[in-house]
Amino acid sequence: MKKLITVFSLLIATLLSSNWVSAAANLDVNTPAITAIKNSMQARHNQLNPHYNTGAVGFTADGLVAVRDATAVPLKDRGGINSLVAAENSDRSALYKEIAAGNGHPEWAGEIRSTFAGRWVDKAQSGWYYQNAGTWVKK
Amino acid sequence: MIKKIGIIGILILLIPGCVTINIYFPAAAAEKAADKIIDEVWQLKPGEEPPVQPANAPTK
Repeated sequence: MKKLITVFSLLIATLLSSNWVSAAANLDVNTPAITAIKNSMQARHNQLNPHYNTGAVGFTADGLVAVRDATAVPLKDRGGINSLVAAENSDRSALYKEIAAGNGHPEWAGEIRSTFAGRWVDKAQSGWYYQNAGTWVKK
Repeated sequence: MIKKIGIIGILILLIPGCVTINIYFPAAAAEKAADKIIDEVWQLKPGEEPPVQPANAPTK
């Protein structure tokens, strides 16, 4: 009898937990805030793309971008590179926060950031640079 | 008997709690969401790496 009750309670416990887990199976990425950030980043990509190609800008391990080699930036763009990178990073940080908050879990922002960090690098073009254990690596 | 029911009740509350904490963050869903956003920001076709750009620097 005791065994039966234990098994039954475990069964209920499993059912309950699996329900809670499946409730979080998808992340909504279509909130107005996320869409606005996405559009802003998409527009900026045309400016950042050449810098990825030359290795002037690379991807950090925390899901951001950083100036890797300012001398690879054409002189005429050199003054603007830091503000370009800063603008991209503020959008990226806001994006990670908004995805977490938009799905009701602001505490997920850190994990979303590290998920993105991996995916940016995975999807990066070969020849682009990313940071791995503190050093720059050419993909 | 009441004590036993109490213990089982606590188990029912605690066990899903543990499971939920362990797999709390939906990693697969997060990857999917990341891929979707990156594809849009970089204007890639889903599941593709960006094409290697030929030397088509914008003409002034």
